[in-house]
Amino acid sequence: MDTALLVTQIVNGLQLGILLFLVASGLTLVFGILDFVNLAHGAYYMLGAFISATLARWTGSWPLSVLLALPLVALIGVFTERVVARPLYGRSHLAQVLATFGLILVIDAVAMLVWGVEGQAVELPAWLNGRVTLPGGAELPAYRLVIIGSGLAVAAGLYAWVHHTRFGMLVRAAAANRDMAEALGVDTARLYAAVFALGAALAGLAGMLVAPLTEASLAMGLEIIIIALVVIIIGGIGSLKGAFVAALLAGLVDTLGRAWLDDLFKLAMSPEAAETAAPAVSAMSVYLLMALILALRPQGLFPPRTRGHGQ
Amino acid sequence: MIRKLLAATLALGVSTSAAIAAEVKIGFVTTLTTPAAVIGRDMVDAAKLAVKHMNGKMAGLDVKLIVEDDGFRPDVGRQKTVKLVKQDKVDFLTGYIWSHVLLASRKPALDAGKFLISANAGPSPLAGKLCHENFFSASWQNDQVPMAMGEVLNQLGVKTLYIIAPNYAAGKNIVAGVTRTFKGKVLGKDFTRWGKDAQLDFSAELAKAKASGAEALFAFYPGKAGGAFIKQYAQAGLEKAMKLFTVFTVDAISLPKFQKAGLKVVLGSRSTHFWSPDLDNPANRKFVADFRKEYGRYPSFYAAQAYDAINLIRAGVEGAKGDLKNADAIRAAMKKADFGSVRGRFTYGNNHFPIQNFYLREVVEDPEDNWTSRIVKTVYRNHQDPYAKECPLK
Repeated sequence: MDTALLVTQIVNGLQLGILLFLVASGLTLVFGILDFVNLAHGAYYMLGAFISATLARWTGSWPLSVLLALPLVALIGVFTERVVARPLYGRSHLAQVLATFGLILVIDAVAMLVWGVEGQAVELPAWLNGRVTLPGGAELPAYRLVIIGSGLAVAAGLYAWVHHTRFGMLVRAAAANRDMAEALGVDTARLYAAVFALGAALAGLAGMLVAPLTEASLAMGLEIIIIALVVIIIGGIGSLKGAFVAALLAGLVDTLGRAWLDDLFKLAMSPEAAETAAPAVSAMSVYLLMALILALRPQGLFPPRTRGHGQ
Repeated sequence: MIRKLLAATLALGVSTSAAIAAEVKIGFVTTLTTPAAVIGRDMVDAAKLAVKHMNGKMAGLDVKLIVEDDGFRPDVGRQKTVKLVKQDKVDFLTGYIWSHVLLASRKPALDAGKFLISANAGPSPLAGKLCHENFFSASWQNDQVPMAMGEVLNQLGVKTLYIIAPNYAAGKNIVAGVTRTFKGKVLGKDFTRWGKDAQLDFSAELAKAKASGAEALFAFYPGKAGGAFIKQYAQAGLEKAMKLFTVFTVDAISLPKFQKAGLKVVLGSRSTHFWSPDLDNPANRKFVADFRKEYGRYPSFYAAQAYDAINLIRAGVEGAKGDLKNADAIRAAMKKADFGSVRGRFTYGNNHFPIQNFYLREVVEDPEDNWTSRIVKTVYRNHQDPYAKECPLK
């Protein structure tokens, strides 16, 4: 097989996986630590894309717009936590799903009023628009490597933060046993707001990174949230490590499926049948992966050891 | 007492039905949510402009436009069609961007004896075996535009081609169309996920296309996917290795966005179509000028079709002298296609799809620095779709 093509496709898969990780990590943190189902998590992804697109137009610099947009999305996260999520902690998941679904509708409608129905294209600076040739002859858009690099940096930062800081220790304590943490004097309200803001900022960052590839558009949050839920289920709900591995796995399965499934099917069936079947199967490859993992390990790949929520 | 009440009710019923008869009700099913809403907005704007140009009247009857959103989904589109037929009791149904939505909505509309006019989608079944006396197209059959593109590729001497298109009814038709006329070799084809969670990252497909070594790349991505596709094509550095040819992808909806994003790679890019804003005929000059004055942007081909669909309905209503019960007269008048179409004079085939010209267009900058399309040459004159012979209508 052509190694350059194989390398290219693996990098493409990793890049998709990294974007999924950024969205799924916030979702799994909020779900795992706060025991809160936030369907509106995809909305931060959309808002990140729109806000950075607008700021990029105002400031004329995309990297600057990302730096400015991150705290804004985090603030929106804090606001929605205070207004929508906090009254619903400890309530049934159904109530949380209903409320956050309503939040999606509200945010979508507001976004439509502010930005209109057309998407917003984002222009990259010239130094990001070039291409990089890897050893082996694979030529890749530089920007896709930027996505992978920044995603890996964020993953490393998150790991260090959760495992090597006092705040991360409190987060882990609250995740393991919320009541005990509270009894020991941890200000869980502040902690939860911080986790929520962090999750929102991570999803927003994913949106900011994807906007120059596609564009900022309404409904992009809905497109990502389902697959992000699949990722955290595969990885084990509440586990950052699980979200990371599962996101990369999902990205690779999806990309490699799109790349080679038709060739694979052609070995077993007529070219016409393969041409029709391959897109159908590759569209559901991530869901097939989830079904397989759930059948073998219903708790996901890396379930957190304790999830005491004192209920 | 009861008899009096009954009489009063009856009288009321008669008077309301008389009131209904004094207007022409047009159900307009299009997409107003999801990112594809930009297409729906362009079509509704054009339909409103058409109604305004006729002073809100067809053969002396008031025109009532009832717009519904299909949410980019065939099931919802069908539901809205049923609602328009049963609840609003419309006389005509039009709009319909998407082939799968139109195919799902066809039966409830035609079974109720309504006229169904596609203002965009042209799926092959409706041109062939499923053609119907009350169905008309104000656009084209899906295969025709890419067939013209295949012809252009032959004329340019392109020998090898790679194809990427979305996986749905129209995507299949478009690929069938270009491969029907293209005489060179197709080195590979990819169909990508489409609909509400459409795939927007084409890295895997573009890498395959590049590795195939084909001379040219053919793509079909309407709406926001088109912008994403062209951007990633440029980012992958393919413009030197393989030239891009598209249909329904670079249009008046995507061009302002490309221009804002400084995507110079689309300038000079070529696509085929049945219409262009610079097509020189009185109806089109008026349409384009008034649309730009009213909405401050160029109309897209979707808008042109919606404008034509409303004018086609008007031709039918006027041919029947406002008698909406006289379906035969309406049909006969519509079939003449004598309504000053923005595409110029055309005729209808036996399957009620237009027999019309197709042009090669290129993207240029107009004197006011807007990016728009201009006709380069005529590819087909009076072209009929290849499915007409399968249609039993005469």
